[in-house]
Amino acid sequence: MTTPSELLTTGTGRAVAFEKIPRHDLAAFQRIVRREIEGGQRVASFFGSDTGEPGGIDLLMVLANDEDGQLNILSARVEGNSFPSMTPDCNQVHLFEREIAEQFGVRPEGHPWLKPVRYSDPSSLPGSGDFYQVEGDEIHEVAVGPVHAGIIEPGHFRFQCHGEHVFHLEIALGYQHRGIEKALVEQPVKRALHYAETLSGDTTIGHATAYCQLIEALSGCKKTVRAQALRGIALEFERLANHIGDLGALAGDIGFLPTASYCGRIRGDFLNMTAVLCGNRFGRGLLRPGGAGYDLDAAQVDNLLKRLDLGEKDAASAIELMFDAPSVLARLEGNGILPAEICQTLGIVGPVARASGVQRDVRHDHPSGIYRFAQLPLPSWNSGDAFARGYVRWLEIKHSIAFIRDQLHALPAGEIHTATGPLKPGCLAVSLVEGWRGELCHVALTGEQGNVQRYKVTDPSFHNWAGLAHAMRGEQISDFPLNNKSFSLSYCGHDL
Amino acid sequence: MINLLIHFVLMLAMPPLLLGVINKTKALFAGRKGPPLLQSYYDLIKLARKDMVISQTTTWIFVAAPVITLVGILMAGCLVPLGPFHAPVSFTGDLILFAYLFAVGRFFTTAAALDTGSPFEGMGAAREVTFACLSEPALFFALLVLAKMSGTLMLGDLLHAPLMVSGQGDPASLVLVAIGMFILLLAENSRIPVDDPNTHLELTMIHEVMVLDHSGPLLGLILYGASIKLFVLGAVLLHILFPFQSGSALLDWGLFIVEMLGLAVGVGVVESIMARLQMRHVPYLLIAAILFCAFGFVLLVR
Repeated sequence: MTTPSELLTTGTGRAVAFEKIPRHDLAAFQRIVRREIEGGQRVASFFGSDTGEPGGIDLLMVLANDEDGQLNILSARVEGNSFPSMTPDCNQVHLFEREIAEQFGVRPEGHPWLKPVRYSDPSSLPGSGDFYQVEGDEIHEVAVGPVHAGIIEPGHFRFQCHGEHVFHLEIALGYQHRGIEKALVEQPVKRALHYAETLSGDTTIGHATAYCQLIEALSGCKKTVRAQALRGIALEFERLANHIGDLGALAGDIGFLPTASYCGRIRGDFLNMTAVLCGNRFGRGLLRPGGAGYDLDAAQVDNLLKRLDLGEKDAASAIELMFDAPSVLARLEGNGILPAEICQTLGIVGPVARASGVQRDVRHDHPSGIYRFAQLPLPSWNSGDAFARGYVRWLEIKHSIAFIRDQLHALPAGEIHTATGPLKPGCLAVSLVEGWRGELCHVALTGEQGNVQRYKVTDPSFHNWAGLAHAMRGEQISDFPLNNKSFSLSYCGHDL
Repeated sequence: MINLLIHFVLMLAMPPLLLGVINKTKALFAGRKGPPLLQSYYDLIKLARKDMVISQTTTWIFVAAPVITLVGILMAGCLVPLGPFHAPVSFTGDLILFAYLFAVGRFFTTAAALDTGSPFEGMGAAREVTFACLSEPALFFALLVLAKMSGTLMLGDLLHAPLMVSGQGDPASLVLVAIGMFILLLAENSRIPVDDPNTHLELTMIHEVMVLDHSGPLLGLILYGASIKLFVLGAVLLHILFPFQSGSALLDWGLFIVEMLGLAVGVGVVESIMARLQMRHVPYLLIAAILFCAFGFVLLVR
């Protein structure tokens, strides 16, 4: 059993005093983490912080207990320049440990594949260094990127192939590293909010919600219900636009033209609905710590409801056409299977995890804001293939439309904004949001003057890229673009 | 003489229009306006006026391949009669030459792809020759059926076989051969469901990936040659699909052009309502084409 002194239990959007977080020696820390992960918890975030006493760093871990809706925090101190790696028996932390090694120069001893995550040191360019190689006369290596033929973000993919068969895929990212976590430290709220909004452009509302929840938690601000409803509506509009765009792109990748073209347009329709909320198609400026920046009047609500009906009809006809076509099903089914056990081991989140039958959704497990009052059904599928990843998105589209319609019909009255005060000193707060790709985790630590000293962002892509590499094992190399699209991960969200 | 002239004019001028018709059909299905019908001509003119970038690792093969391919396809086009008219060149056994003129082009295209040393192009070349191994028997079975029907080994006469026997011939085997040849037409011209001519995803391409390094006029030659290939194979298929003849030369030429445009619409419709096959399922489709043509032959000789 967990004794209270081992873990600090809290929830999303709540501030806790930093000194209350249990600090263990490394051996005890790792023992507790291993035990909790075996017990079904997963790593939401794991990072280092050098804001404590000089001469070492604090390791902080946020464990998510999805069943009880709790977050458990613990920490350990690393003196010197190495610590034993947990990766060999706890695969979820593999990228987190590499990140800690890169950011603080402490070496996780025994890490099976220690190399930079983002190549933030200017002397080593992204994609440089050794790649995992398979040897043999008939093995060939295919390198794709970072410059791609389509208009997508830069990333480097290294395949070890035998003919068309993929043995191994290694993904090297970091080309878009901008130093956002450091830029978010000690920033005035206005500028930091802008950084959060542009952290990953297609998840503007998601990251901005996560940021605002942290500031509200740290300043003890209470949002009005109306503000929470507006945020929920915006978050679901973002999910709709992106899911519809992704399904269209998925159809495009397999050469199924009608759905590809129509979804491209319908995605625009949903982006325009976000523009009705705040004047910007991606929802920039809509959120403010303490509430929302723009209100909806009755005419706008009517306008949105009408557009929503039209959009729903169009989306249903375009997407059902695709899932009814036998040639599409033949192409998608059984392709790039990610088994549920691998999802658990790698800590996969979002629609990708739900497509593998892993019921994981922040809106359901760790609800905050409007999601505490309005529940969304948890769609899932259990085949874990490219079809499931597409189909779960279609199910989510239907649920999100119903959710938005309910909220618009019963929009609570009241103010949309409450003033936020100064941040509480010496606190830590965690904020989880289910963005359209999955769980966004933001953590902030404040110093003695109530200034943000350390800001940690974990985008769902940070968890899920490893899942894509795994799903490609044993697949055909010609199916990579399709699987990549079905995961639809963010490069800049990973690179920060 | 006039008919010969019309044959060359159509063969040289009409093919890019077929691509325009296919793209327009696809655009209609997708609810878009689509590019202008003549866009392929504009593209060819644009490419002809561009500069070329030629990789330093390549040899003469890289430059020669598009030219040899185009010449091979044009020569094959001279062996095929259009509509009820005679082919410009015709001799006994020219059906073998017809099949291998395409193969020469394929050989040089794949050699040029390997010449660049790029892993993508090598992958595309491997796919192209693998699938060619399966499309060649289908073509020969189809020609065999027609040769048996007409009792000649001259392509010009043999393709007129359905015309001659349409009264008392064997429509069942012609139907099977037509299906097989239509699959072959899609596969040989890298259309959906075998290949996607519009994709930008180099890992999934077959034909397009082999010519990624070609640019400017060389790329123009490749695209022009590919459209003529579609025209020539389409002309072969039309003999089986529409064995009609009016008697008036003018009317027959008009009929041929309409049939050819109709075929392009048909290809566009298939591309609009089908997704691409998984790469490993493409051989199944080609084997189906072989079986259709082979059973056509079996029906004929039973």
